[in-house]
Amino acid sequence: MNNPQLDADGRLRHLLSIEGLPKRILNQILDTAESFVGVAEREVKKVPLLRGKTVCNLFFENSTRTRTTFEIAAKRLSADVISLNVNTSSQSKGETILDTVDNLIAMHADMFVVRHSQSGAAHFIAKHVPDHIHVINAGDGRHSHPTQGLLDMFTIRKYKPDLHNLRVAIVGDVLHSRVARSEIHALTTLGVPEVRVIAPKTLLPAQVEKLGVHVFHDMKAGLKDVDVVMMLRLQNERMNGAMLPSAQEYFKTYGLTQDKLNLAKPDAIVLHPGPMNRGVEIDSSVADGSQSVILPQVTYGIAVRMAVMAMLAGGQNPGSQAGSQA
Amino acid sequence: MKIQIKNGHVIDPKNNIDSQLDVFIAAGKIVALGKAPEGFIASQTIDASNLTVCPGLVDLSARLREPGDEYKATLISELQAAVAGGVTSLACPPDTDPVLDEPGLVEMLKHRAKQLNLAHVYPLGALTRQLQGKVLSEMGELREAGCVGFSQANIAITDTQVLWRAMEYAATFGFTLFLHAEEPFLAKDGVAHDGEVASRLGLKGIPSAAEALALAGILRIAKETGARIHISRLSTAEGVDMIREAKKHGVNITCDVSANHLHLTEHDIGFFDANCHLKPPLRTQRDKDALGAGLKDGTIDAICSDHTPVDDDAKLAPFAEAEVGATGLELLLALTLKWANQEKLSLAKAIALISQSSAKILGITAGDLSVNANADICIFDANEYWEIVPSALKSQGKNTPFNGLEIAGRVKTTLVNGQVVYQSE
Repeated sequence: MNNPQLDADGRLRHLLSIEGLPKRILNQILDTAESFVGVAEREVKKVPLLRGKTVCNLFFENSTRTRTTFEIAAKRLSADVISLNVNTSSQSKGETILDTVDNLIAMHADMFVVRHSQSGAAHFIAKHVPDHIHVINAGDGRHSHPTQGLLDMFTIRKYKPDLHNLRVAIVGDVLHSRVARSEIHALTTLGVPEVRVIAPKTLLPAQVEKLGVHVFHDMKAGLKDVDVVMMLRLQNERMNGAMLPSAQEYFKTYGLTQDKLNLAKPDAIVLHPGPMNRGVEIDSSVADGSQSVILPQVTYGIAVRMAVMAMLAGGQNPGSQAGSQA
Repeated sequence: MKIQIKNGHVIDPKNNIDSQLDVFIAAGKIVALGKAPEGFIASQTIDASNLTVCPGLVDLSARLREPGDEYKATLISELQAAVAGGVTSLACPPDTDPVLDEPGLVEMLKHRAKQLNLAHVYPLGALTRQLQGKVLSEMGELREAGCVGFSQANIAITDTQVLWRAMEYAATFGFTLFLHAEEPFLAKDGVAHDGEVASRLGLKGIPSAAEALALAGILRIAKETGARIHISRLSTAEGVDMIREAKKHGVNITCDVSANHLHLTEHDIGFFDANCHLKPPLRTQRDKDALGAGLKDGTIDAICSDHTPVDDDAKLAPFAEAEVGATGLELLLALTLKWANQEKLSLAKAIALISQSSAKILGITAGDLSVNANADICIFDANEYWEIVPSALKSQGKNTPFNGLEIAGRVKTTLVNGQVVYQSE
């Protein structure tokens, strides 16, 4: 089976999921992102790497934050950006995903940033676009959200440079989370020796241990001596029903409070992909506390997305090009 | 019309024939094997040198999509596919539009199929009206119209009381119920086996327990009511064990497995291959092995194609949104032979699983080459390799997980009622 994300020379062609990407590519993206962090601090926050290219944000599912950061990333690379919210209305008019994509290709889009509620949607689109068009998965169902996984790695690397010596806990709704899947693959690929997931059994997928993680149901045991705590968002619709009895009970058992965080290493950092449910999965004092790196995640997210777009657009050595603009 | 099939290797599991013999056909019937009847002068001779001659295949589950879903497939396209695959009799599930719960619909389907003069069509009537699982259909009337059994297709009866009554009523008249064992609440919105692959790909899973739970209910009620039950498309190792136990205890039950499930597992989904979106879902290697073992020891009685043609557009969607099903009629023989070959099973044993056994389950006279039987015959080359190319299939449904596979076993000639209805180019 060919890896649909790489071209014949092993270079990145699409970014669809972390799974299947070699460590070399992940590190290349993270290293390239380093060179873009500085761009935002300049007076002219732009580099011309994507000048003349059209990036199309194709969002079949609502999102504000991810769409905005992709837009900013593309604009800082001097691309023309179109953002489309293809919500249920145009789908219910009978237009298929491929019709929408084909129309945009006819308008000469060069790159698609795709979000969709179905797992596999980005793979599906990538399979059908012509060779010169690149697809970035901005979240497909429960499957993958690779740029989120990468920006989390970038953030961890900033604070804990030696990934080979880390203990990381991912806490919350792993079952429904594309972020969790991307984080797990990124962490294991980059050589983090111990990845834990902490959740009640109702929020863990079948055979999750086969992804290479240690499973904990007791948050206190799971957080013991970890270096990094990665919180997951709990969707509103999961809070009352057969998955969980109530948000209150969830907060009591799996919400991150300072007390629980104190079980981790004293210098442990806390990540969250946002948007947060304060008082459900995380206490405000932790979210805004000194160990939180939640806002730096957002900042780094733009650099990481710039790096991915630049690499896909074919800059042979985008890092040095970005530097030469300084 | 008198036909002589010459020099072929004849396999007829029912009559224990496995040798080189000539077959003599007159007036649509088999009149002799081996020696020509006195005065027999063939008006047509078919040279079957180096070929196998066996009973026309009998498929326990092939969707024809008529009435109602003609954009997916038509009676003519699918019956041409059937004979191209050596299938001369097939049972079709009632989930058409409208569903087969009216004797008139069944009569019309039978009539139209008969006029086409290709494979024989044996409809399974809807067990409950509209397949809604609430009110029993007019089983007696449907039987008279030509239904050989009753089925809910893929739709479960959630009300256990109704299931019980349906079995009691069917048992009263000796009707066979064809049931698919899947507990609907556990399977809700599921699109893949609830295991490693679904977890990795973020697909909603259907646990193996969904099959076991439904099966436990069906077996228990079958034991109570004495109804004759056939379980369609078993998919789990646990299911095989349960059927084995039930048979040991004298429950009146048979079951089948689809050819897809003998060859594929959850891992074949790969990067979201929608051709592997099937019902029941593809399960684990362990399940696949257990299904094979069940077939070998007789726990599983037959192999079906689970032919479910889907139009191309319906598969052009992300995995979960892509319609369930794969084309199968033209692959049934080759996939069965491939499995039998891997398991070192004789050709005769393999053929029995897709002819004699299925005919017995359906209660129809077919699937053998007895003298005076209808001359429904499949002639194939067991050693000829061919590539599965979707566009070359006769079926209107071109979707198959076996796209591009090189496989042995090619149908050369198919006869129905003593007439050649298919001849390979």
